[in-house]
Amino acid sequence: MPTDRPTAAELVEAVREFLADDVAPNVEGQLAFHTRVAINALAIVERTMAQGGAMDAAELARLRELLGQDGDLAELNGALSRAIRAGEMDGKRGALLEHLRQTAQDKIALANPRYLTPRG
Amino acid sequence: MEALQDPDKTASEQLAAVLRDRLAEEYGTGTEIVALVRLSGGASRETWSFDAVMPDGTRRPLILKRDPMDRQVDKQFEGVPGGRLAVDRWTEGRLLQLAGEAGAPVPTVPFFLAKDRRTTQGFFSHRMEGEALGRRILREDAYAVARPKLAFQVGHAAARFHGIARDLLPPMRGLPAAGELQHYRTIMDSFHQPHAGFEYGFRWLQERLELAGERYTLNHGDFRNGNILVNGDGLCGVLDWESAHLGNPNSDLGWMCVRSWRYGYHDKVVGGFGDVSELLDGYEAGGGGRIDPAEIYFWQVFGTLRWGILCMILGFTHIDGEQRSIEYAAIGRRAAETEYDLLQLLE
Amino acid sequence: MADITKNKAETQVRNLAAVLRGRVTEVYGPGTEIDGLERLSGGASRETWSFDALMADGSRKPLILKRDPLNEQREDNADSQFSGANVLLGVDRWTEGRLMQLAGEVGVPVPEVPFFLDANDDTSAGFVMQRLDGEALGRRIVREDIYARARPKLAFQCGAAAARFHNIAIEHLPSLPSLTAAEALDYHLDVIDALKQPHAGFEYGIHWLRERLELAGDRLTLVHGDFRNGNLLIDSEGLLGVLDWELGQLGNPLTDLGWICIRAWRYGYYDKPVGGFGEVADLLDGYEAGGGGRVPLETLRFWEAFGCVRWGVICMIMAFTHIDGRERSLEKVSIGRRAVEGEYDLLRLVD
Repeated sequence: MPTDRPTAAELVEAVREFLADDVAPNVEGQLAFHTRVAINALAIVERTMAQGGAMDAAELARLRELLGQDGDLAELNGALSRAIRAGEMDGKRGALLEHLRQTAQDKIALANPRYLTPRG
Repeated sequence: MEALQDPDKTASEQLAAVLRDRLAEEYGTGTEIVALVRLSGGASRETWSFDAVMPDGTRRPLILKRDPMDRQVDKQFEGVPGGRLAVDRWTEGRLLQLAGEAGAPVPTVPFFLAKDRRTTQGFFSHRMEGEALGRRILREDAYAVARPKLAFQVGHAAARFHGIARDLLPPMRGLPAAGELQHYRTIMDSFHQPHAGFEYGFRWLQERLELAGERYTLNHGDFRNGNILVNGDGLCGVLDWESAHLGNPNSDLGWMCVRSWRYGYHDKVVGGFGDVSELLDGYEAGGGGRIDPAEIYFWQVFGTLRWGILCMILGFTHIDGEQRSIEYAAIGRRAAETEYDLLQLLE
Repeated sequence: MADITKNKAETQVRNLAAVLRGRVTEVYGPGTEIDGLERLSGGASRETWSFDALMADGSRKPLILKRDPLNEQREDNADSQFSGANVLLGVDRWTEGRLMQLAGEVGVPVPEVPFFLDANDDTSAGFVMQRLDGEALGRRIVREDIYARARPKLAFQCGAAAARFHNIAIEHLPSLPSLTAAEALDYHLDVIDALKQPHAGFEYGIHWLRERLELAGDRLTLVHGDFRNGNLLIDSEGLLGVLDWELGQLGNPLTDLGWICIRAWRYGYYDKPVGGFGEVADLLDGYEAGGGGRVPLETLRFWEAFGCVRWGVICMIMAFTHIDGRERSLEKVSIGRRAVEGEYDLLRLVD
């Protein structure tokens, strides 16, 4: 992916700042709400760009270990889902649940990190 | 929203008072200021449009260009040897006057605004009717008759102001080609973001420095479609002299040929409206002599590289946090267009 | 354009005022007037209007009208191709109003429903309810000082209220869509499959729930369907009303108790499992006191896990409404990413 700076992440950050600093203070009501929603969505994109690659690599490694087969993330997640539904994973519940919890925690760290910490 | 508009309103009220006093000196007591509007929101310059209404009722449409009241120096060139190639408002206005005297079409500059407690330095010019937006000049039917003339006319105009005697010019920064090349290389290196394409361009230009030519004159510095005023008949003004400097005059001609000012009309090398041969014919007719197309080619490559570096400068102005701006961030990525153009241009 | 829209809105208000005037004179006697008619929600699926009935003797009744949209467009959701989808589409206005009346009769705090509107040339079907003073925004209920005294009571009050409406005899209920726990799990899997986005976490959770279906219990009763902080009306003294009965259905009553416990309605107050305001023990005590019997914690856990799956699937359906292009909406597509909140909580509940 040949690219100059500003990187995609820096561009998304610029758009998020534009929405937060220039748009949000000047709109109200439904538009203000949707501006906040948009800012949150871009923050998800930023976190994904920063951390998603490492998370994907770790998830892929866990899936290969768990399933004992090779493939990309989509293939292996499909295979794991079918195996769970068929009851084929019932013998490895401990490792399976550990993997699923880690994966869900990673996803939530991207989608809504505040969810992982109670309000103080 | 109210809070946002208030500062602007007071700014324009304060300026109106300054203008009333200044115009009374020129046109007599009782001269009124009407229709005062700020045209550009640029951080580095303020441009205002207004009409001066004389005591006898006649109106003069005027433009004021002044330095910004809340001075934000263009920091992006700080620490770069040579600094920014830009002139102050007095020099800019003076250059417009000199260009007009030499026969280049420019708005008349009747008088200046001196810096004092209430205002920054600026100059006034007559507000001319015409179109300055490059995209419209290339696209709209109203300029169909004008377009085929423009390449010749801009060449002619450039020859006129390139011919102004050096000893008449106000003091300005100057850079010969080799120095200017070094200037941009230093800037690019300061970003620590290697661009092999631009590197190749620097190398190519370095090897052919003899093509730059020997002459050393006033340069407009941003001579392109976008800084010219056009009406139904053709060129009526060369605008925005703030990047003027001393250098090789072919730099202006090459800059006019950079693809970024063609707004999609890529087959028309000169500003999207004409051919190089017309540009050079106009230049010769204006008294600039016959220029070898190989020299224009050199300066077109140079200009393309220069625009790429300028895009990076703006991008990093945002990235480094000096001025966060979605516009600057977006322009930063246009460096890739110029890198592509550059490599298409080079054999 | 703006003028045309405005005129259209004005005509709509005038027509509705005439319909309501006719209806209130029938109900409250001649000379009754309509005052302060204004639209509250702009939702595409329902219209909500606020107005006062001005009696001949000068007294006022603050009222709310909820009616179907005039140009009825039945929502064509992604899920409508599956059995079970009818539950998510909700009941009609007559049924919704009738459920509130029945709930009120068994002692559940709900706004009174004095009369209905029949669909005719001038209006779509609707029902009119009492306009109560209170707060329904979940975020404010869990946060604002004026509800500090109400909050500790709410879990118990919600439990008691649920027990009462769960006990309404089935033969008294209007016709309702019904979904057993097993059918609901099948439906959720169908949706996940149709969206072609495998979710191993939900897969595991559903597998876990299916293995424990006997925990679900076999009662089949009226279920509110969206019993949560956000659909409760509160004043400084406590629970004032249970609102929004449009997802009313026949199902396992504990669906409602699990649903009110999922984290999505805690608005950051995660240490208060019931709606961000209360404790599970209080909820279950209230349920028992209301006549619902003692619910074992293990059963509640089953239904909370079930609620997590349901919330995740609803988030996915919303996102795909946008992704498929049926309704482009920043809000909907953003909710899509909240599916993982349900998945994450689910995986912490199961073993």
